[in-house]
Amino acid sequence: MKILVAVKRVVDHAVRVRVRPDGSGVETENVRMSMNPFDKHAVEAAVQLAEAGHATEIVVVSIGQKQSNDVILTALAMGAHRGLLIEADGRVETLAVAKLLEAVVAEEKPDLVLLGKQAVDDDSNQVGQMLAGLLDWPQATFASEIKVLGQGLEVTREVDYGRATVAVPLPAIVTADLRLNTPRNAALPMVMKARSKPLAVRPAADFGVDLTPRLKLEKVSPPPERTAGRRLATTAELVAAINSELAELEAL
Amino acid sequence: MTVLVLAEHDLGRLSAATARIVAAAEKLGPVDLLVAGEGVSAIAAEAAQLAGVEKVLVADSPALASLAPEAVATLLARLAEPYEHIIAAAASTGRDSIPRLAAKLDLMPITDVVAIHGPTRFDRPIYAGNAIETVSSGQAKHLLTIRASAFRPTVLGNSAPIHPVNADVATVAKFIAAHRTESDLPELSTAQIVVAGGVSFGSAENFALVADLAHVLGAAVGATRAAVDAGYAPNDWQVGQTGKIIAPDLYIAIGISGALQHLAGIQGAKKIVAINKDPEAPLMKLADIALVGDLFEVVPQLIAGLKR
Ligand SMILES: Cc1cc2nc3c(=O)[nH]c(=O)nc-3n(C[C@H](O)[C@H](O)[C@H](O)COP(=O)(O)OP(=O)(O)OC[C@H]3O[C@@H](n4cnc5c(N)ncnc54)[C@H](O)[C@@H]3O)c2cc1C
Repeated sequence: MKILVAVKRVVDHAVRVRVRPDGSGVETENVRMSMNPFDKHAVEAAVQLAEAGHATEIVVVSIGQKQSNDVILTALAMGAHRGLLIEADGRVETLAVAKLLEAVVAEEKPDLVLLGKQAVDDDSNQVGQMLAGLLDWPQATFASEIKVLGQGLEVTREVDYGRATVAVPLPAIVTADLRLNTPRNAALPMVMKARSKPLAVRPAADFGVDLTPRLKLEKVSPPPERTAGRRLATTAELVAAINSELAELEAL
Repeated sequence: MTVLVLAEHDLGRLSAATARIVAAAEKLGPVDLLVAGEGVSAIAAEAAQLAGVEKVLVADSPALASLAPEAVATLLARLAEPYEHIIAAAASTGRDSIPRLAAKLDLMPITDVVAIHGPTRFDRPIYAGNAIETVSSGQAKHLLTIRASAFRPTVLGNSAPIHPVNADVATVAKFIAAHRTESDLPELSTAQIVVAGGVSFGSAENFALVADLAHVLGAAVGATRAAVDAGYAPNDWQVGQTGKIIAPDLYIAIGISGALQHLAGIQGAKKIVAINKDPEAPLMKLADIALVGDLFEVVPQLIAGLKR
């Protein structure tokens, strides 16, 4: 099968972002950027499917500014075969991202599209589901296990009550959760090799998708601050403190 | 304008989240509450009692038994026409089907809403809750998922009429099996008290201490991603950016460092108690009540003390 993997360049998950004082967004100047963690699991899943002989080609696509090249190279170093950067500046909403990916699917005709279940910047958790809706393909979101079974996949998903296993025929959309696998760190020779793999760069305008945002971003504000409270010295004090909290709750 | 709300339910009962979503949706207009599934008439009867519900719509079909997103999105698309707002809880079913529906209707959804400022203005957290964005929409319809923990539940005492709707849907995906975490403790996402443990418990056996304490307090159990990854706790106990978002009145965190992805799940907690041997752990610095100590000493003493 042929796999398309979508990856996003985001503020590194370890960075605690600061809201800009003017409320226009969060500070992204001079902060470390990296591949969205969930997307790393998606790339790893694709590479493992190729290593197991189930996939013949992995195409990785990213939508964003020029610098998104970085994350495509990371995916190529992990084992993807070919990259596509769709260059777009400014805020590209999830609906537009899904439409751009729909256009890429029409060109590439993959059997499986793998994506991260959410991006850790806007935490939307939307694109995979939206792409599935646009294509009218089945979707298996929040995957923690993928098995190839005959002409389809058996996917175990993390859900509110635990896990659920579903069988989906191909073509299908699968979004990766964090327990799907352990993404590899590409060794230096792979990083070098990645630079010689094909990487096409095309402007978003090529795809005939209207990128005008539908939502107006009015402002971004910091969350309410929490401050340190009391320090207790003994477990006996903690027992008393919890008992008094319980009494207060009961009074309500 | 009437609002269409998708009811959350599990194991034949209406989920506690539904009363909260109805309360949130009521700010936007009278609520039509859709109960979709197989054999859901008892759930529909429960739903009809929620204040604020104008009518209950029931889509009952074997094809809806597992609430596959393809089926739910098809059903919602068919019902969508008269509604300006279509709302689900930001939980497995809503997260799975609302964006799919949105794409089918060529709309931008707004997910994980934590505040409603009017019919077209909403707050949602971004960057693991380190920022809140306020967005407004000029679209013809608003498709939302709402965090139940951010809203108080509506009350009972209604007897809304129940109407069956066309439940003819199909999906090519096949449901194979549910792997459930059996527990007699309260539901984590809406519990009033939550006791949570981190990877520092060191084993699944030791992690049982968390459940022991929870039993004493009538609390739900939560866990960090590290504890789940290590196999000490099931995935549906994970609290945080990629787990459950909770807002208990009392959150007791034991041996939890307080990584920003974990904090994302407990921002709505009223009181936080932290027990950690490291006084410098981030969670210790923002807890309302903190005790420096070794959890293997503190927790058994705490259980004994609270039992008294
Ligand atoms: C994309 C992404 C998403 C994530 N999503 C989530 C999420 O949803 N939820 C989540 O929880 N995490 C999430 N994480 C992981 C998160 O970053 C942290 O790694 C995790 O929360 C740490 O868990 P912990 O507190 O159990 O472990 P640690 O950070 O290792 O902390 C252990 C703590 O236990 C204390 N301790 C050790 N021994 C004892 C003892 N004997 N007595 C008392 N205290 C002791 C230590 O002092 C320390 O503070 C995510 C990470 C990423 C990258």
